[in-house]
Amino acid sequence: MWLAPLLFFLVLPIATWGRLKSDPFYSNVLIFSGLGGLAYLLTQGFAIGISGWEFAVFESIFGPMDDRQFGLGYGALFVSASFLFALTQGIAARGAINGDVFVVSSIGLVVAVVAAFVFFPVLQILTSALRDNEGVYSIAVFLTKFSSHKIWGLGCLSANVSCGAAWNSLFLATLVGAGTTSLGLAFALVATRSGWKYRRLLRALTVLPIITPPFVIGLAIILLFGLSGVITTFVGDLIGVTPTRWVYGLPGIMIAQMLAYTPIAFLVLIGVVEGVSPSMEEAAQTLRADNWKTFTTVSLPLMRPGLANAFLLGFIESMADFGNPLVLGGNFDVLSTEIFFAIVGAQNDQGQAAVLAIVLLSFTLSAFFLQRKWLGRKTYTTVTGKGDSGVPAMLPRRVRYPVFSITLGWTAMTLVIYFMILFGGFVEIWGLDHTLTFKHYITAFSISFTEDGMLWTGAAWNSFWTTITIALTAAPLTAMVGLLTAYLLVRQVFTGKQVFEFGTMLSFAIPGTVIGVSYIIAFNVPPFELTGTAVILVICFVFRNMPVGVRAGIAAMSQLDKSLDEASLTLGANSWYTLRKVVLPLLRPAIVAALVYSFVRAMTAISAVIFLVSAEHNMATAYIIGRVENNDYGIAIAYSTVLIFVMLTAVVTFQLVVGERKLGRRVERGEAESVIKEGEPA
Amino acid sequence: MSIKSNAATVSFDKVSKIYGGSVVAVDQVSFKIEAGRLVTLLGPSGCGKTTTLRMIAGLDMASKGRVFIGDEDVTKLPATDRDVSMVFQSYALFPHMTVGENIAYGLKVSGMDKSESDDRSEDGLKLVGLTGYGTRLPSELSGGQQQRVAVARALVLEPQVLLFDEPLSNLDAKLRRQVREEIRDIQTNLELTVVYVTHDQEEALAVSDRIIVMKNAEIAQEGTPRELYEEPADLFVADFIGDANVVTAEISSIDGDWANVRVGNAETRLPSRGMKPGKTQVAIRPESLQISDSNESGTIEAEVVKATYLGSHMEYTLDSAVGELFVVEPDISNAISIGSTISVRLRNHGIALVE
Repeated sequence: MWLAPLLFFLVLPIATWGRLKSDPFYSNVLIFSGLGGLAYLLTQGFAIGISGWEFAVFESIFGPMDDRQFGLGYGALFVSASFLFALTQGIAARGAINGDVFVVSSIGLVVAVVAAFVFFPVLQILTSALRDNEGVYSIAVFLTKFSSHKIWGLGCLSANVSCGAAWNSLFLATLVGAGTTSLGLAFALVATRSGWKYRRLLRALTVLPIITPPFVIGLAIILLFGLSGVITTFVGDLIGVTPTRWVYGLPGIMIAQMLAYTPIAFLVLIGVVEGVSPSMEEAAQTLRADNWKTFTTVSLPLMRPGLANAFLLGFIESMADFGNPLVLGGNFDVLSTEIFFAIVGAQNDQGQAAVLAIVLLSFTLSAFFLQRKWLGRKTYTTVTGKGDSGVPAMLPRRVRYPVFSITLGWTAMTLVIYFMILFGGFVEIWGLDHTLTFKHYITAFSISFTEDGMLWTGAAWNSFWTTITIALTAAPLTAMVGLLTAYLLVRQVFTGKQVFEFGTMLSFAIPGTVIGVSYIIAFNVPPFELTGTAVILVICFVFRNMPVGVRAGIAAMSQLDKSLDEASLTLGANSWYTLRKVVLPLLRPAIVAALVYSFVRAMTAISAVIFLVSAEHNMATAYIIGRVENNDYGIAIAYSTVLIFVMLTAVVTFQLVVGERKLGRRVERGEAESVIKEGEPA
Repeated sequence: MSIKSNAATVSFDKVSKIYGGSVVAVDQVSFKIEAGRLVTLLGPSGCGKTTTLRMIAGLDMASKGRVFIGDEDVTKLPATDRDVSMVFQSYALFPHMTVGENIAYGLKVSGMDKSESDDRSEDGLKLVGLTGYGTRLPSELSGGQQQRVAVARALVLEPQVLLFDEPLSNLDAKLRRQVREEIRDIQTNLELTVVYVTHDQEEALAVSDRIIVMKNAEIAQEGTPRELYEEPADLFVADFIGDANVVTAEISSIDGDWANVRVGNAETRLPSRGMKPGKTQVAIRPESLQISDSNESGTIEAEVVKATYLGSHMEYTLDSAVGELFVVEPDISNAISIGSTISVRLRNHGIALVE
């Protein structure tokens, strides 16, 4: 009954029948009906909750309510979409962006969905932090929780007590940032300047972290260095020391994260190293500088912004990483896992989780801001490293040897780790019984043929198909929203564009755990009742991975000559037609890249997913973590290996397909790399 | 030739374009272009000519003032809705469509059915001399051919105004002359209204009915090529179109519309242009100075500092009483050597009083 007024707003636009677009009446009516409809929908949605009125003021006006309201469904989605587009059409008729309805509607759409699925949850988490367990707002409670020992304690410096989670995270992230940058630089130098024959192999290695679920490396490290790890027992036997759990805690997490994130630093730094104009180095040499001097006084300083960028990336990744600390953390508490335990464990303290999320968010946001300030817009355009025809200087000997040995050593270790992952799935019980067996694969992936047909009897099939379905659903949506946003950012000019851009890229800086928690808090009650459904998983993936699509789109569209768009406009086509017939066909490589990487990232996501899975919709990564917690390493590793292969197939197929593009520009490589250059936290 | 002309006038009424509140790209520019004429916007980089062109197209919107095409006020209309076609500097051919599809693009957008748009497309190809190229991709054509496709694509829409944005800048020198003549031929044959932007003054002189010279976001002078070359309004125009020797002179007396002018020891009669007796400046074209080694009265004495042989003419740099002079002399057989003293006489054309 309370939905009746909506009909009024829906029917109102008929009043504009027969009027011209330029008539102010037309635009005013549309704006009024759109805005009014949305406002009413939202107010009404929020005003009535699960058990009657949400806000006391309504109770006093309308009397008590003994009915409940259900969440918005597909019908409400349709209605609100109608209102939104009525509104945007009205705004366009008023002359915004030269009356281009398509562009105004696109902006409206993106703003609406980003506001609903990025800002709203984050806002909820912020307010939730200010509430105690009874729902009463209290600053005092917030402050107590915020300044608690568990977060900020510095006990570990003096006594033998653990430090607060915030310091731990910060310390770890700084170490990892510095480590990955140095390693990445070493790799980049070897790959571009050493004249070594096997350079291409290094580039191939960069594919690995994309297709590896984040905690798998942690698992492999346990297999190698854990209590009954291969190397630990080997070394222990060798020098007669009993193996310890040394790897659990800071050392293990650090190794795992460095292994996982160095390739991303490598990709960024390759662009940076190649971007140092060889002419400058040649000029230095003609000015009598030797290799070492050239390197330290010309090359390195020119790389400084890139190094800063790589550091911040590693920092953010480490901060947000959830899988590795979960598996290897031991007593070393970091913010991301603490958030998890606050919700999932016995505490079930939403407020606590929210506070932790705020701390984590402030760290990553600051790093994000610093990164943008330092790099300006260059972060988002492809650095294809073309430029002048000079030949880069060879590395000075003092640099070459250390760099080579580090690179080779690290590569060897990476290969060993992946070998372990492969091997571990075939071993009976790791550390105890090393007989080879297919047992784990069978348990997970058996298929039996009964008289009714094929039956997926393996334990893992359920989560596997769910994951694939959801990833396949989310990927095209991600690509669409991302590319549409990229189009608006690259090709259109409108007031508030800076804010718009900031908003859409914000989700990059929000760690997965924070998103997971905020989605639980925001979407658990009407009007958005989405927890436990597949929809929330899809939405989560779309907005977590949107920056991937945006970035691929921006990189690709920046390479397209703007006059192509303009030619189309002067030939009488509007922006929608131009987008369809001119821009998108030329963006095919970028579209495919966005699709594939969105798919892959959806498959390997863990930190947000772990909060959002349910009995009905379990995801592969969550299932694997569950196995790990039960010490069922065999199945966990077997499943991980299968996942890696599935994604490897996806990525390789994509590379083969895209490699055949007739346009034949070097750009494809650059586009593909630029998509993953900024690698986001899992 | 079934491609008709739809030519219309173009008027600007105190149009300005201001970026970000402070950067004035075009400052209160007004002009009127007659239908069926080729008018060139000429000027150095940054003078506002390209911005003006884009405002005619509707790709940029005027901040102030009004734009008319024909009798219609199109100031608020975006490019999509104006009947104006443009040939871009980079041609902007759609790389994923064939030549035929490129040319037919605008026709398809306006809803024309396939057979008719194919016919028109063929007409367009014939007009620019590319019959049979319809199935090729732009990447398979030379620069000159690509440009012709761009022209055909713009023409088949029978626009009211056709715009060219520095169309010859990507072509090599030999091709430029040929292509500019082809453009001029198409324009005169179809009686199209064409607005043409270039920074090459020789090109402007060759193709235009009228030239609008722009400088610093304003119009410096407007007129026919002959008017601009022989009667430049000020120093800037005199120096921008062709070369000019700018020397001090003195107006000894005014006789109606004419003035008696002394340059050094030489005297001549020039249109007075409303100026009064006294010290002033004249712009003298290099070919308007005549060199002889005889020492006559009423000439300027000078010494040859540089002599360059350019095949079709000699170029001399002279050091004279009125300053340095640059002279172009068609007589190559009697080259004068460096260091000789010669006299310079003023011819009776190519000299103008400038402020």
